[in-house]
Amino acid sequence: MLSIKNLHAKIEDKEILRGINLEVKPGEVHAIMGPNGSGKSTLASVLAGREDYEVTAGEVQFLGKDLLELAADERAREGIFLAFQYPIEIPGVSTTNFMKTAINQIRAHHGEKPLDAVSFLKLMKERMKLVEIDQALLSRSLNEGFSGGEKKRNEIFQMAMLEPKLAILDETDSGLDIDALRIVANGVNKLKSKNNATIVVTHYQRLLDYIVPDFVHVLYNGRIVKSGTKELALKLEAQGYDWIKEEADAIA
Amino acid sequence: MEKIAGQSIIDSLEIQFDAFEKSLNGQSQTAAHQLRKKAFENLVANGFPSVKSEEYKFTNFTRAIEKNFDLKLNTSPPELTAEHLAKVEVEGLDAYRLVFVNGVYNESLSDEIAEDGIKTTPLVDAFKGNTAAIADHFGKTANFEEDAFVALNTAFSQHGIAIEIASKAVISKPIVLYYMADATNTEVSFHARNLINVGQFAEATVIEKFDTIGGHKSFTTIVNEITIAENAQFQYFKVENDTELAYHISNVYARQASSSNFKTFTFSLNGAMVRNNLHIKIEGEGIDTYMNGLYLLKGRTHVDNHTVADHTKPNCHSSELYKGIVDDSAKAVFNGKIFVRQEAQKTNAFQSNKNILLSDHATINTKPQLEIWADDVSCSHGCTIGQLDLDALFYLQARGIKKDKAKVMLLNAFASDVLATVANDAIKIYLEEIIKNRLEK
Repeated sequence: MLSIKNLHAKIEDKEILRGINLEVKPGEVHAIMGPNGSGKSTLASVLAGREDYEVTAGEVQFLGKDLLELAADERAREGIFLAFQYPIEIPGVSTTNFMKTAINQIRAHHGEKPLDAVSFLKLMKERMKLVEIDQALLSRSLNEGFSGGEKKRNEIFQMAMLEPKLAILDETDSGLDIDALRIVANGVNKLKSKNNATIVVTHYQRLLDYIVPDFVHVLYNGRIVKSGTKELALKLEAQGYDWIKEEADAIA
Repeated sequence: MEKIAGQSIIDSLEIQFDAFEKSLNGQSQTAAHQLRKKAFENLVANGFPSVKSEEYKFTNFTRAIEKNFDLKLNTSPPELTAEHLAKVEVEGLDAYRLVFVNGVYNESLSDEIAEDGIKTTPLVDAFKGNTAAIADHFGKTANFEEDAFVALNTAFSQHGIAIEIASKAVISKPIVLYYMADATNTEVSFHARNLINVGQFAEATVIEKFDTIGGHKSFTTIVNEITIAENAQFQYFKVENDTELAYHISNVYARQASSSNFKTFTFSLNGAMVRNNLHIKIEGEGIDTYMNGLYLLKGRTHVDNHTVADHTKPNCHSSELYKGIVDDSAKAVFNGKIFVRQEAQKTNAFQSNKNILLSDHATINTKPQLEIWADDVSCSHGCTIGQLDLDALFYLQARGIKKDKAKVMLLNAFASDVLATVANDAIKIYLEEIIKNRLEK
C-alpha cells in the first residue's frame, strides 16, 4: 500500500529525514517510535503533504501512485489521513460543516454523488458513538476552546467519517488521560480492517497497549535504526532510548 | 493668498452651480437654497481636501477627481430600465424597492408603499413643496463645514428621498434604495441626499445599494441625514458593489435619542475609490449603537472607512466591528474615532478592526482613535493585520478539501462574525456568494 524508499527531507536548511525506508501493507499497524527530535512528526507531515518540508531525495508510492507528486488535499482524497499532534483551532467553521465539505469533495473525487443531508446525519451519529463525542461539540467552531482530549477525539471522529485507507496518528496519545486514551484507541481499533493500514507515531509505549502494532520501528537522527515487533516497544519502555542511540551512533 | 486644493474642480462646479440655480426659478429664494448657496460659498472659499488634510491623508480624492473627471460635461439622459435593475437586485430580498437613476427617483421602477406609518417623498418634490422634512432636517444633521464633500453634496442637493417613519410604526419589510448610475454612454456624476426620520418606538430597516451600469467613469456623492427618536430601532445597510471606474463618497450623519437602537452595516465590494464616512451622535441615555463593516477588495480598488461614535450622554453602549480582506493591489483605510464627552459617564465603547492581506501588494492603513474626557468608562479598541493562516489551510487540505475551497472556507470564517450580525438572510447570502465567487477564481 505504502512504499517509502530512501526518503530525505529538510526544512529550511536543516535535513531531518536522512533515508527512510518503510513498507506498509493493507491490514497492518506500524508503530514509529523514537526520541524527541528524531524526525517522527516530520515523517508524518511529509507523508501528509505539508509544504514547509522539502523532499530532497527518495520516493514514496501510495497505492501505485507517486505520492510526492500530489498536493495535500489530493493525498487526502486518495485515502491518506493525518491525525494532527496539535489540531488547529478554526473559529467560524463548524466541525459538521467542515466534515460535510470534506466528505463531498472526497466523494466527488471518486465520482460519487454528494451525501444527502439525511445520510450525512446518520453517518455522523454512528461515528460520534465510536469516539463518544457530543453533538454540541461538533456544532461549535472547529476545535475552538476544546480541551486537549476533545481535540484528539475530534481527530479520530474525522478519521471515522472519512474512512481513510492509511491513517497516520501523530502523537495522538500525548496529553491524554487514560480514559481519553482508551476511547481514542478503541475508536481506532474499531475502524481497523484488512483493507486499511495505520501508522502510529508515538514517543511512549502506553498507546501500544491499546493499539497493538504488527511492527515497531525506531527512528533516530532521521533514519529507521531498528525494526521489530511489539516486544521492541516494551523493551524501549523498560530501558529507554539510550541503548538504541549508542548502537546507532556506533555504526555511524 | 494660498492656492486651494481642487481649484480646477471648483471652476467646473461654478459653471454647474450657475446652471443649477437658473433651473430653480422661483425656488432660489427658499431657505433651503440659501443653505445650498452657503455650502457652495464654503466650498469655493476652502477648496477640497489637500494632500496635507489629516482626514484624507491616505485617500487623495481631490486628485482622483481632478485627474479623472471633466465635470463640465452635460451627461446624456439616462436610459436604464427594469432589465438593468434586475441585474443589480439582491436576489430573494423581500423589500420595498425605491429606484434612483443618476440620483433621480424613478417612479415606474419603484414599488408603491401602501403601508401605514411610512411616508416617502422624492426629495425634489419635498424641495418644491418646501415641506417640513426639508425645513426640519435638510442640513440639520450633516454639517457642510466639516467636510468639503458634504458641502459639495449640499450645494447640489435636489434629488434623493425623504423617508418618515411614524411613531410606533413597525415597518413590515426593509426599504431598499437602488442607486444606479448610468455610465453607458458617458461619464456620470450626481449628488444624492436622503433624509430619514424614525419616530418614537418605530422600527425600520433601510438598505442602500450602489451600482454603476456601463463602462464609463462615475463620480457620486451621497449624504444621509438620519434622526432616530426615543426608543426607536433602526437598521441601515450600505451595500456598495460598484464598477472599477466608480468614485464614490458617502456621508452618513445620524443622531440618536434616548433608548434608541441603531445598527449600521457597511459593505464595500468594488470601486475605483470609495470613501464611507459614518458619524453617529449619541445624544441620549441608554442608547445602543452598532457599527459593522466588511470590505472585500481586489484589483486596484481603494476603500476608506472613517467612523465616528460621539458619546455625549451617560449610560450608552457602542460597539464597532470592521473586517477586511484585501487582495491584489487593493488598498483599504480604516479610521475609527470614539469620543466620550465629559458628561458621558458609564459609557461602554468597543472597537475592532481586523484585516487579512492576500497579496504582497495589498495595503491597509488602520488607525483607531479614542478621545475620552469622562473618567468612569469602559472602552477598548484593537486592530490586527495578518495573512491567511497557513496551518489552518493545511489542516483543511489534509481532510481532502481543495486549496481554493479551503481558502474560501477560512475567509468566510474570518468574515463570519460580521456576517452573523446581519439579520437579513437575503443580504447575508448575497455577501457569502460574493466572497465565494471572489476567491474561486
